[in-house]
Amino acid sequence: MGAQTTKQYAPGTHPDLPPPVRTTGPIAWMRINLFSSPLNIALTIASVWILWSIVPGILDWVVFNAVWSATDRKDCWGQMAAARDGACWAFIRGSFKLFLYGWYPEDQRWRPNLCFVLFLVAVVGVLRENMPGKKYWLWYAVAFPFIAAWLLVGGFGLPPVSTNKFGGILLTVVIGVTGIAFSLPIGILLALGRRSNLPTLRTVCVVFIEFIRGVPLITLLFVASTMLTYFLPPGSTFDLLMRVLIMVTLFSSAYIAEVVRGGLQGLPSGQYEAANSLGLTYWRAHQLIILPQALKISIPGIVNTFIGLYKDSVLVLIIGMMDILGLGRARLNDADWLGLAPELYLFIALFFFICCFSMARYSLNLEKRLETEHRR
Amino acid sequence: MRLKTTVTLAAVALALGVTSGAQAGTLEDVQARGVLRCVVSTGIAGFAKPDANGVWGGFDIDFCRATAAAVLGDAGAIEAVTSTGKTRFTKLNAGEGDVLWRNTTITFSRDVGVKLRFHGINYYDGQGFMVKKSLGIGSALELDGASVCIQTGTTTELNLADYFAENGMSYEAVTIETNDEARQNYESDRCDVYTTDASGLSSTRSALPDPDAHMVLPEIISKEPLGPATRHGDDQWSDIITWVLNATITAEELGVTQANVDAKAGKQGQPSKNPETRRMLGLDGSQGSELGLSNDWAYQIIKQVGNYSDIFERNIGPNTPLGIERGLNALWTNGGLQYSPPFR
Repeated sequence: MGAQTTKQYAPGTHPDLPPPVRTTGPIAWMRINLFSSPLNIALTIASVWILWSIVPGILDWVVFNAVWSATDRKDCWGQMAAARDGACWAFIRGSFKLFLYGWYPEDQRWRPNLCFVLFLVAVVGVLRENMPGKKYWLWYAVAFPFIAAWLLVGGFGLPPVSTNKFGGILLTVVIGVTGIAFSLPIGILLALGRRSNLPTLRTVCVVFIEFIRGVPLITLLFVASTMLTYFLPPGSTFDLLMRVLIMVTLFSSAYIAEVVRGGLQGLPSGQYEAANSLGLTYWRAHQLIILPQALKISIPGIVNTFIGLYKDSVLVLIIGMMDILGLGRARLNDADWLGLAPELYLFIALFFFICCFSMARYSLNLEKRLETEHRR
Repeated sequence: MRLKTTVTLAAVALALGVTSGAQAGTLEDVQARGVLRCVVSTGIAGFAKPDANGVWGGFDIDFCRATAAAVLGDAGAIEAVTSTGKTRFTKLNAGEGDVLWRNTTITFSRDVGVKLRFHGINYYDGQGFMVKKSLGIGSALELDGASVCIQTGTTTELNLADYFAENGMSYEAVTIETNDEARQNYESDRCDVYTTDASGLSSTRSALPDPDAHMVLPEIISKEPLGPATRHGDDQWSDIITWVLNATITAEELGVTQANVDAKAGKQGQPSKNPETRRMLGLDGSQGSELGLSNDWAYQIIKQVGNYSDIFERNIGPNTPLGIERGLNALWTNGGLQYSPPFR
């Protein structure tokens, strides 16, 4: 018939035609992104070739040739075509509970589990927008570290668990979350102190921040683990985990202070003047006007510091604490499972990647939500 | 106000001083606590490691358990105070542990400078070399020009340099940080030779996919006597550690094993007639109470943990994946160096 081709339209009423095939769909996407110039073509081919030669080998090792249950290394390697042909995940699987809880008493493990659930509730409650009763969620989040400490350590009705029973992922998360939860408020106070007009306060804050930033974390950990015991009277040692938590928190709060100070300096002075002209006190002005803006600017820096802190927590293995890396390395010395380091380190890398990537995504999400089009 | 603060501080200091004064006798402290705290390593194959359920085991751990059996009557009443090579002595000296059973080489500077007290040698180690059999080398003196994997910052590095210089040979050092890294390098032929303590070589070799293709050369180029340590200033506790170790060695010499100790002690049938066995197991005399322990302290060690041979065979001996021969650690009657003063 060919009726469509001859159909008449009044000027300006013709429906849009689909764009030419060459500018849409996967082919066009590839043309634009992968093969737009000779250099691009060469890079694309080289990348595909590299992936082609690496990925199948990795997949074979990690998934297809992997062994999930075995009694020891010999058994594990015996199940493969040749030793080291695939990953021996049986090793990780067998020690998984140890890696998760360390030496936390088995009948009390509901406590860390409950802690984790409460932690998720706290995180989600604070993060979700238009959550009913926002204020109570915030109070709950502030109280959470103390509830968690009570649950984990015990006392007041719960059987006490000594902190040297903490290990593995539990210990890593305790150090990371405590450092993060306490270093933010301390860091904000330090930043405000550093910009204060009171000379004594300012000096104290500057000296503290510069001292901590000038010293490596590992030095502080050594001070916590060995030097402090010399300063204290013999026999009056206080909990090693407590000492480490204090040092990690102080270390991270000095960095947070500098990040927040950057945020404070990023605000135009008009904001301070406006707050003063409204007759707000120092604290009210900061609470209502200055900090909400300054912290918003500092989010990427703050989260960056948190991620750094979380990963730095593995340094505690150097003072003999059994966090996930320390405990994993200890398990590598089991005579039945010698030589399975690649499996272990891959597992630990995956754990840290999940934690840190979640933090990074969350910070991006937060930035987008708080975006108020004040771009400069 | 200020006076009040000073007084409070002084009172606190005094109170702390009193608690530290009460800490003089390690034995009383351990018995009051009901748990023996051993400073142990964070993991050395065969010597100390947590199993899949977190229960510590190994050669050093078994000696810690033996101490707990003697002092508390319960080999399970131990707490592992994990420490790295850098923190082990401060942990002991700061009182965070009661005794150190941690693969520690006895040296002058540690005994005198760090102010430790060592109590005999539970393992004679020494630096050796491992090579692939395919190289066709039979002695360390044929290693001229070889590339050698070596851990940085250790005495093994210095020993190696001395040994090669002394014999007019040259080598190319491939420096590595940990045992696992060394194994990876050695496996991928980045070095011809791996050198570390002989016990470490054995565990590295057993972790290779094909252990039989590799051999440990006969030359041992350094002395690494490993032994337990305690703080200065508690002679009774020092005596206990010394004689716990001696009891395991003497028991092997007298043929008292974990399997037959009940018979020897008269729990089943006639007790042993050997006077030294009878003294050690507490059938005659009062050696236990002289140490401040119960009279069956040595019986408890051997019953719950075993004699030296039991401990060795269970953790590092030829039937374990590590497969270490007794060698220098055989009894003096079998051509080794393990020798205990008599129980008299």
